[in-house]
Amino acid sequence: MIRFILLQNRQGKTRLAKYYVPLEESEKHKVEYEVHRLVVNRDPKFTNFVEFRTHKIIYRRYAGLFFSMCVDITDNELAYLECIHLFVEILDHFFSNVCELDLVFNFHKVYLILDEFILAGELQETSKKAIIERMGELEKQE
Amino acid sequence: MAMSGMRGLSVFISDIRNCQNKEQERLRVDKELGNIRNRFKNEKVGYIVTSCMLNENHDFLRLIINCVRNDIIGRNETFQCLALTMVGNIGGREFAESLAPDVQKLLISSSCRPLVRKKAALCLLRLYRKNPDVVNVDGWSDRMTQLLDERDLGVLTAVMSLLVALVSKNYDAYWGCLPKCVRILERLSRNQDIPQDYMYYGIPSPWLQVKTMRALQYFPTIEDPNIRRSLFEVLQRILMGTDIVKNVNKNNASHAVLFEALALVMHLDAEKEMMSQCVALLGKFIAVREPNIRYLGLENMTRMLMVIDVQDIIKKHQAQIITSLKDPDISIRRRALDLLYGMCDVTNAKDIVEELLQYLSTADFAMCEELALKAAILAEKFAPDLSWYVDVILQLIDKAGDFVSDDIWYRVVQFVTNNDDLQPYAAVKAREYLDKPALHETMVKVSAYILGEYSHLLARRPGCSPKEIFSVLHEKLPTVSISTIAILLSTYAKILMHTQPPDPELQDHIWAIFNKYESCIDAEIQQRAVEYFTLSKKGVALMDILAEMPKFPERQSALIKKAEDTEIDTAEQSAIKLRAQQQQHTSNALVVTDQRPANRSLPVKVPSINNNAEANTADRGLTEVNGTLSRVDPQSATPSADLLSDLLGPLAIEGPPSAAAPDDQNLISGLEGVSNSSDALALAPLEEQSNSVQPIGNIAERFRALCLKDSGVLYEDPYIQIGVKAEWQAHHGRLVLFLGNKNTSPLVSVQALILPPSHLKMELSLVPETIPPRAQVQCPLEVVNLRPSRDVAVLDFSYKFGTIMVNVKLRLPAVLNKFLQPISVAAEEFFPQWRSLSGPPLKLQEVVRGVKPLSLPEMANLFNSFQLMVTPGLDPNPNNLVASTTFYSESTRAMLCLIRVETDPSDRTQLRMTVASGDPLLTFELKEFIKEQLVSIPTPSPMPALAPPQVQPTIPATGATDPGAILAGLL
Repeated sequence: MIRFILLQNRQGKTRLAKYYVPLEESEKHKVEYEVHRLVVNRDPKFTNFVEFRTHKIIYRRYAGLFFSMCVDITDNELAYLECIHLFVEILDHFFSNVCELDLVFNFHKVYLILDEFILAGELQETSKKAIIERMGELEKQE
Repeated sequence: MAMSGMRGLSVFISDIRNCQNKEQERLRVDKELGNIRNRFKNEKVGYIVTSCMLNENHDFLRLIINCVRNDIIGRNETFQCLALTMVGNIGGREFAESLAPDVQKLLISSSCRPLVRKKAALCLLRLYRKNPDVVNVDGWSDRMTQLLDERDLGVLTAVMSLLVALVSKNYDAYWGCLPKCVRILERLSRNQDIPQDYMYYGIPSPWLQVKTMRALQYFPTIEDPNIRRSLFEVLQRILMGTDIVKNVNKNNASHAVLFEALALVMHLDAEKEMMSQCVALLGKFIAVREPNIRYLGLENMTRMLMVIDVQDIIKKHQAQIITSLKDPDISIRRRALDLLYGMCDVTNAKDIVEELLQYLSTADFAMCEELALKAAILAEKFAPDLSWYVDVILQLIDKAGDFVSDDIWYRVVQFVTNNDDLQPYAAVKAREYLDKPALHETMVKVSAYILGEYSHLLARRPGCSPKEIFSVLHEKLPTVSISTIAILLSTYAKILMHTQPPDPELQDHIWAIFNKYESCIDAEIQQRAVEYFTLSKKGVALMDILAEMPKFPERQSALIKKAEDTEIDTAEQSAIKLRAQQQQHTSNALVVTDQRPANRSLPVKVPSINNNAEANTADRGLTEVNGTLSRVDPQSATPSADLLSDLLGPLAIEGPPSAAAPDDQNLISGLEGVSNSSDALALAPLEEQSNSVQPIGNIAERFRALCLKDSGVLYEDPYIQIGVKAEWQAHHGRLVLFLGNKNTSPLVSVQALILPPSHLKMELSLVPETIPPRAQVQCPLEVVNLRPSRDVAVLDFSYKFGTIMVNVKLRLPAVLNKFLQPISVAAEEFFPQWRSLSGPPLKLQEVVRGVKPLSLPEMANLFNSFQLMVTPGLDPNPNNLVASTTFYSESTRAMLCLIRVETDPSDRTQLRMTVASGDPLLTFELKEFIKEQLVSIPTPSPMPALAPPQVQPTIPATGATDPGAILAGLL
């Protein structure tokens, strides 16, 4: 199960944070700080997995942004690693060539996409087309 | 895109800038706020804000449960989706209780779009995790089976996640889902009618494949041969067909599937060939450059060790794994450490531990503590001799004192105290370390303790006179902390006591120190100083009071416990761990498959002894035991059972057991063929009552499991574990008993007697009288089956530990079905045979009532598990079941047996059974045997074996004709 998802830039600014487990605000800040410190200095030649407390962070870097997912240590690491990539592909498709600024200014849309992609810490939909179409529907409603 | 979103903002900013005064500015801001409010004025915002800002523990959520529920049961799809998403992401226990039925309705509703249903599936998963009771298994398991027919892969993906959670807690209710899962996997792996959107870099939804295989890992086995075969075909294709490709994403996705397939193959206990294929693959992976794959190779090899016996193959990769221990990436180093830890046994312990010690000097802080703990555990578990163990621990303290927890040095002290041979050696070593400059404080503690107790054993060596020992220890005093000073004071008192005749100069010196610390600010130190000072003036009395520490009672290693306790927090309990636990209960193949003859190790999963709390307090007590007398000595604080059994021992041993023992034997040999199946159920408890040693696990349960398997644990208590591994061929059998001493001190007066029934010829090889500390001895037992019988052989086993005498009588799993070999008989052979065996005594028929209600497939599984091979379709009536097998014994030789069971679909508790073979005795025995397996046996309560032995004599009277009733009566 995914415990939380973080999008952070190299400076450690958190651009998106989604928690599927109840954490206090102060704890969230601590987690974000620690996760950033954990992944930011890792060599690109290292694994994409790193232990974090009693869990595991699966992370991937896209330009200056780190996408990190905290999962159970028994979970299938590569499946979640590709889950990150699928998410990035969806964002890229939706924003046509996504960049950090898109995520900043359209944060609410990013949350909407995420809610269509992952729910309750589990994958909900793996079809890019289905999610993009659903976003079209949602945008029409506004 | 970004710019268009910003136009409103730039207009707003320029408006603000153009404002003349504060008032205008405020109006403009209000207007903008109004705009924003207008833009998000629906429930949508409410939901989004709620899910972003609140977590499940927030009080506000309790107030909105009803609103949310209205949206879920309402007709508006938009609101349904919003509500399900919010509950799915932050719903808590209260939501679970009030919403689960509504969410279930949405999930199975035919009028909802897939969009709503997949959200409902995951929302339900969340609620189930919060409170598993909200999903009522009865109706729901059938629904789940139907849901797996879903065509929409999005819904199916969500449903599969839900299924994983459900089966992880209760696979038994969801057997119906198993064939469906295999079918889904087949469909995906063959790429049969998978929509293009669900292809990910040419791979049909790797996530759904992974989830499906995950769900399958929670079922203990797959009995149906056809389903098993189809699944293995799929898995074989995945194992063979996954190549490394250039595209990173494709590579990752295909390997995600491959690693899950590996896990499933391991779980299913595949044929040897497939297993070695897996090991070979993993061996390849741990040598590749690609870090992710190497990491996963190491991780999965470690997991593999937990379920099957592949140590020998993995050992070939030892050098490669050690290379990974030095990888720059800490993630890989951790995995390598885990694997080395897992693969360690007596044969390679020295190499591995030395490698770890060497690495310890260069390892980074993040890993040192774990490294130290693991090295200490391995040294303890697999020490070829105890002096090596002492060496390792002292080196460990020397090299990484900061990372050596107190538990580690307590443990070494405990070993030394309990093994007289070790004491002089440990004292010499401790003395040597004291000469080193810059000693770690932990080293001061452990040396002070050991020298306090045992330095008198070295008195004649150079540099080891009481005076010299005292002065070298006293040099350290100015630099150490309070807790160490306390130990030093005790050591001084002990040195003083051992110095006979007293050395006035030393005495004065030590008294002066006690005097000085009488006014120490620390109460503990003060107390010790005052007491030791006064005591040391008492002369001879001091000898008694400060006498050598008594042996520690055996207890679970606090270290191993610590290592096991490192909690893992996962949403679903790990399938592999569940399995390992099951194995521990039923087979524990890891223990008994070890064939090395001189195996001193005991790779036993350390049992959970329920006096952990005591063990802990006792451990903590250790820092103080050496000294303060006002404190309760941990010895007397530990379970008084030892003391009691000491006092009461003779009574208990000479009393009931000897009186009862003849009873047992009567039952076994006397009531031949009638009620022996029930015999030993009540055998064990006699001993349990007379000895204060409680067995770990349920003896009857273990026996039952071993009747179906060939290796596992037969008996276990806090001191010993008896494992069995058996091989059967025709009417011959070879059982190996593995007697493992779990302690740090030897088991003595070990005796094993076999009480064979008249139909078995059994020969037990010599059983050594003493089992050395932490060693395992193997005793082969040859069995020959002379004629058909259901009687059971009994092992009368006894040993002495300290003052406790333990005697148990254990049934041996050399039962009738072990001499059966399944055979498939075609229709054209079956019917002539069946007809030729006409009527009693070769063919017996009986109507059996009180059968435990089983569905036909379940009954077929039961038959197959007893080597009675069910041939489906042979009997034209679908409610009947036909099975065939070959029985081997010296009198009958290979003899074909045919069985037919006619069930009544309207009443599953009765059936008619016909058994035929060419030997009247065999026919009768086999019929009774099957009947015993079929009659309803209530699930055993935790200690069913505690049936009072007195009831035994009454049994034959009550139901001599119906073994089923006897069994039921006994349990």
